[in-house]
Amino acid sequence: MRELLVEAVRRIAALDPEVMDITLRTLLLSSSATVLSCLLFGPLAATIHFTSFRGKGALIGLVQTLYSVPTVLIGLLVYLVLSRSGPLGGLGLLFTPQAIVAGQALLIAPVVMGLAITTLRGVGSGVSDTALGLGASRLQAALVVVQQARHAWATVVLMAFGRAVSEVGVAMMVGGNIRGHTRTLTTAISLGIGRGDNAEAVALGIMLLVVALAVTFLANVAGRLSRGT
Amino acid sequence: MTRSSIAGPGRMLSALLLLSVVVLPAHAPAQAKPETPRVRVATTTSLYDTGLWEVLEAAFEAGAACDLDLICAGTGRALEWGASGDVDVVVTHSPTQEAAFIAARHGRERVAFAYNYFLIVGPATDPAEIGDLSPEDAFRMLSEKATHPFVSRGDDSGTHTRERSIWKAAGLDPVRIRDSGRWYVEAGLGMGSTLSMAAQLGAYTLTDNGTFLAYRDDLDLMPIVIRGEALLNVYAVIVCTRAANPEGAAALSAFLTGDAGQDLIGAYGCESPGSRLFTPCAGTDCGSDPTR
Repeated sequence: MRELLVEAVRRIAALDPEVMDITLRTLLLSSSATVLSCLLFGPLAATIHFTSFRGKGALIGLVQTLYSVPTVLIGLLVYLVLSRSGPLGGLGLLFTPQAIVAGQALLIAPVVMGLAITTLRGVGSGVSDTALGLGASRLQAALVVVQQARHAWATVVLMAFGRAVSEVGVAMMVGGNIRGHTRTLTTAISLGIGRGDNAEAVALGIMLLVVALAVTFLANVAGRLSRGT
Repeated sequence: MTRSSIAGPGRMLSALLLLSVVVLPAHAPAQAKPETPRVRVATTTSLYDTGLWEVLEAAFEAGAACDLDLICAGTGRALEWGASGDVDVVVTHSPTQEAAFIAARHGRERVAFAYNYFLIVGPATDPAEIGDLSPEDAFRMLSEKATHPFVSRGDDSGTHTRERSIWKAAGLDPVRIRDSGRWYVEAGLGMGSTLSMAAQLGAYTLTDNGTFLAYRDDLDLMPIVIRGEALLNVYAVIVCTRAANPEGAAALSAFLTGDAGQDLIGAYGCESPGSRLFTPCAGTDCGSDPTR
């Protein structure tokens, strides 16, 4: 056990190219998924928040329920859609990094939307009322609200990223764990165990832990900043 | 509301945005570049877990200017991907499943290129006393005693298929064996993980010789039954009919069955005598004499 830890730390300290390659790829894929998801579903969440329609409460409730959608189910869904026999099979995206990005973006969509709506609600109606009273258009008033919540956005982004970076279901099923192409920290850890290379699995596990802890730490800092204003 | 407080998270967001702008296209060209096409290979886990593919991949990519995408799966899953066109070429080890694949016209030709042997491995003390038996008798003994755990791959892989055919040859119904008690453990894992599980449980399992030799240093398992016609294990390559990259797939098949690939396979893991993992056999009857 101790030798294993020592060997794992040695590989990290020596910037073992395999470990570094996998870590970097994981960060790139999951941050891409986070940005994609925020760009697509952030505005959608804002639209839901700033408009009123029948069933709005139920829709928001549904989105927040989907926080806990199992990652393997999203993986299965994206796999079926992207497989050659599936509706988007013609794109040839299965077993590519892009497929992982798409799947993770979908996976964290409920988190992005739910947290975004909670954030906008937190601003309170006074701000937009004041803006409207000062002669702002509805769009301008909405932008003021979005801007008011700026610190909280960092928390939304970090929470979403945290879920994306630590999931294994999507990455394994639609990425295929291809060395040098779609292998991520989580799929590599599974493989490390599978192949009996425990030292590599532990080294990668430490990297994943560092990433996850850093995300939580930053989210806390952002949370304190947002409460501070 | 100071100016500096606006900058913090805003900067973080724009950094992320910038990152994605840089990252996504950086990944895309690897896909789109016509001069380095990718060949998608679904390969049996037993072949991958030995590390052989790392050697083969490097040699193939050096010669073919083609990127190999190696995706590990049991033979059953690999053949499904091949049938749907999700991979270009499959490397598997289950003659009956491969024959069905060809019969369904998912591939034109099955080319055998290497073989080794399956082994029944277990605790060195051989508590079920199956050491001198044939594979079929050994399985029958395990099921009759029903006290010594046996770990099954349980994943429709080539090894799992072979295990079931040995149960059948022993006059037993694999479906009933599944439900016959806690001694029969279904892992649902690759070969390496299954071996680790068997070692942890002090159980018997059926494994290919290559994966076992690659792992044996880390395992408290010994070969228990090593002789019998049912234990021949032939690896074959099939180019899939629906391949997106048929040229690349054919090139890989030619490489595996050609001199360069065959030499690498034969030399792999031969540092210590008696530890040959695979015997290259392209163009021969692939070890159909099981008596050795």
